[in-house]
Amino acid sequence: MSAHADTHDAHDDHHHKETFITKYIFSIDHKMIAKQYLITGTIMGVIGVIMSLMMRMQIAWPEEPNVIFEALLGKWAPDGVMDADIYLALVTIHGTIMVFFVLTAGLSGTFSNLLIPLQIGARDMASGFLNMVSYWLFFISSVIMVSSFFVEAGPAAAGWTIYPPLSALPMAQGGSGMGMTLWLVAMAIFIASSLLGSLNYVVTVINLRTKGMSMTRLPLTIWAFFVTAIIGIVSFPVLLSAALLLIMDRSFGTSFFLSDIFIQGEVLHYQGGSPVLFEHLFWFLGHPEVYIVILPAMGLVSEIMATNSRKPIFGYRAMITSILAIAFLSTIVWGHHMFISGMNPFLGSVFTFTTLLIAIPSAVKAFNWITTIWKGNIQMNTAMLFSIGFVSTFITGGLTGIILGDSALDINVHDTYFVIAHFHLVMGISALYGMFAGIYHWYPKMFGRMLNKKLGYIHFWITAVCAYGVFFPMHFIGMAGLPRRYYTNSNFPLFDDLADTNQIITIFALVGGVAQLIYLWNFFSSIFYGKKAVQNPWRSTTLEWTTPVKHIHGNWPGEIPHVYRWSYDYSKPGHDDDFVMQNVPLKEGEEELQH
Amino acid sequence: MTALLSILVLVFILVAIWQMVKIFDLTQSDSADGNNQIANDKDNKLNGYLMIGFLAFIYIITIWSFVELGDLPLMSNSASEHGPGVDSLMIISMIVIFIVQTITQFLLHYFAFKYRGEKGKKALFYADNNKLEAIWTIIPVIVLAVLIIQGLFTWTTIMNVNEDNDPLIVELYAQQFNWKARYGGADNTLGKANVRLIDIDRANILGVDEADPNAQDDIITSELHLPVGRPVLFKMRSQDVLHSAYMPHFRAQMNCVPGMITQFGFTPTVTTADMRDTPEMKDKVSNINDIRVQKSKELVAEGEEALEPYTFDYLLLCNKICGKSHYNMQMKIIVETQEEYDAWIKTQKLFKNSLVNN
Repeated sequence: MSAHADTHDAHDDHHHKETFITKYIFSIDHKMIAKQYLITGTIMGVIGVIMSLMMRMQIAWPEEPNVIFEALLGKWAPDGVMDADIYLALVTIHGTIMVFFVLTAGLSGTFSNLLIPLQIGARDMASGFLNMVSYWLFFISSVIMVSSFFVEAGPAAAGWTIYPPLSALPMAQGGSGMGMTLWLVAMAIFIASSLLGSLNYVVTVINLRTKGMSMTRLPLTIWAFFVTAIIGIVSFPVLLSAALLLIMDRSFGTSFFLSDIFIQGEVLHYQGGSPVLFEHLFWFLGHPEVYIVILPAMGLVSEIMATNSRKPIFGYRAMITSILAIAFLSTIVWGHHMFISGMNPFLGSVFTFTTLLIAIPSAVKAFNWITTIWKGNIQMNTAMLFSIGFVSTFITGGLTGIILGDSALDINVHDTYFVIAHFHLVMGISALYGMFAGIYHWYPKMFGRMLNKKLGYIHFWITAVCAYGVFFPMHFIGMAGLPRRYYTNSNFPLFDDLADTNQIITIFALVGGVAQLIYLWNFFSSIFYGKKAVQNPWRSTTLEWTTPVKHIHGNWPGEIPHVYRWSYDYSKPGHDDDFVMQNVPLKEGEEELQH
Repeated sequence: MTALLSILVLVFILVAIWQMVKIFDLTQSDSADGNNQIANDKDNKLNGYLMIGFLAFIYIITIWSFVELGDLPLMSNSASEHGPGVDSLMIISMIVIFIVQTITQFLLHYFAFKYRGEKGKKALFYADNNKLEAIWTIIPVIVLAVLIIQGLFTWTTIMNVNEDNDPLIVELYAQQFNWKARYGGADNTLGKANVRLIDIDRANILGVDEADPNAQDDIITSELHLPVGRPVLFKMRSQDVLHSAYMPHFRAQMNCVPGMITQFGFTPTVTTADMRDTPEMKDKVSNINDIRVQKSKELVAEGEEALEPYTFDYLLLCNKICGKSHYNMQMKIIVETQEEYDAWIKTQKLFKNSLVNN
């Protein structure tokens, strides 16, 4: 595209009349869509966190009346005592909402949309219309998922993995009736939304990079979003097919996943299907999904760490290679969720091998982040604190993966609280930290105002302490053999000595949950009352900080800047400033490190 | 108690919000541009020290967890032949994790403190070092190779059931929400079974084939008795949804899948009586009973029944979400001497005699 045409486009946009509806609701501008994703994701996050706090209160003080249950759960908590069915529903919907609606759509949707065009130097996504459709499908899917709480027999309650036959047979549990139908419909729509988004990201990154923006000059954020989108395109359709087959089994009498079932006094007609097949299909998405969640967070953290350390990211090429290695390995490790599912033990050996290999690129990334801050000039902005927190929880949570990925050890900790502690730290908390880091860092870009730093510090430190307080002792409860998804442990005197620890964990969880209100307050009030942001508040090198603070269609008022260097020229010798922006041409005799 | 706590939480929320409003007002009052929301040297220093404080917190919570919660049944005191192999692999893995965790968390937080920003300081331009990166690729490769190899050996030993040494065949049968065990009887061979053969009126609750000669002497029980020292091979079935037979003391677990038969084998090595007599178990049980006595006092004060004192038993737990009463799907396992086992099994009804004729 010639420079002339670019100016022309931007010119046209200025004259385009916008109504409230085209600007704020059915917007095709990637920056507005990013904000829509973020706010929808935040609302879903609040719902998901409240559910987890209710579960924690039930675990710590089982079957005790609680005014909060009475207020929020209504008929599901007669006299304020939580019902066992709704406990499983909370488990299920908490997992679904946090994994898909917050950490997939809320994280990837927000930052891929915001940063891909801005950082590669494009006026918008390849298809603004598809982008809008993608958001609205996500919105509809969120509404359906939440509405399932209001159906007669309750929402889906078979765990977020919805293994049949439990999820297939309405007589097996209340939630497997209308609630499960809504779950499946919501997820099918969600997958459509995710695929539209991912295709758009991939096409945009490949085709719309500005002049000079070679693949090896891309910021690591873009690499992470790009690879994440590819993993999503490869794996989400498999979940869609699993969901469709399950709908067939539920409603049209097929037997893909069901066989030889006797329930409530009668033999069902199903013959020849296998629940293990569903597990394969589910985890073929389910495992890559955790990387869909964590890779964007890794990209954001890499960028923020370099900027705030005033140093280039250490080992740029190794970082890209490890993203690619993780992406590839993520598609051949799903069986480590199924060591004891009844599949051939030889397969267990293969999956142990491939799973433990993932530790290698992960270790490279962790060491590279640590080396990035070594001898830096670290600016302790809130985003940087969350990034350091990310590396910390990623290491702590990731390390226990070598126990769970080892089939011989998994036999005994499978489906215990050890697993919950592991994945909450390594993908839940870490990805949330990545998301928070991204929000604190790019808030000025999104809203033109700054988040309050003192509130940010308070938010981070309370959250950091509580996250460890909740999930660190939880490993030990798991190693004591406590199974997950138990409504109460009071039927097992064997576990009576864990009750105290469970209460401590719940108190940390409640305090940590309440601390998020500080963030919510900061987020929503700063939209209106925050300090006005300057154009490049963090003194960063990437292109998004060359755009005006006030959003315009087409991002740059004039020509799109050209790129002359990679995005990590921080504290480069020979320059007065401690950063050189990507659109600054090389000085005479200056060598580019990477291209 | 919970009501009080909930009120406290609400009060805490209100106080927190009030505080936030106040802080926010204060920080917004000096109306410069947004640059004062960017970290300055004072912030860098404060947060740098907090990083060291946080490192200390991580170490303290680690030590506290090991000391207070370190009685880990899944790492010691196993009651099966393959158990010690699993446990030693677990301990090796834990040591590796502990070392890596301690070092990397130190580096991360210490660097964050040591290299906290100061005005006028310039960071080192250090973008790459292939040698360093090769080192931290190769070290994990070596460590993982060791763990993978030992893991695979352990796994293969556990999963390859040797049927030559005449294992006791026991069927574990799962249904919402209880367990049944079926023994092969004198011939140690299970009769054929399918849920389509279930006949509640004839009390054929497991769907055992009444015509199969092997089925006649099968024995169905609600308690799992195992002779010590004899390999046992479990054949697992489920009649309705997925369940998982979890026997933590024996380091054993396998899903029960409708429509297929899964299997898991192990050799119990410690009888229930001997396990109760180990000092670790005595400690644990007396600790649990102290807690139960305490709790009973509260319950009695509220006019409810006191809890029964706890005696140790091996348990089979359901460990795959299976519906409303998943949290209470268990079966007692009793490991005993061969003589005790023989005496017990003699008192049980044979399948052919358990059927109701109408």
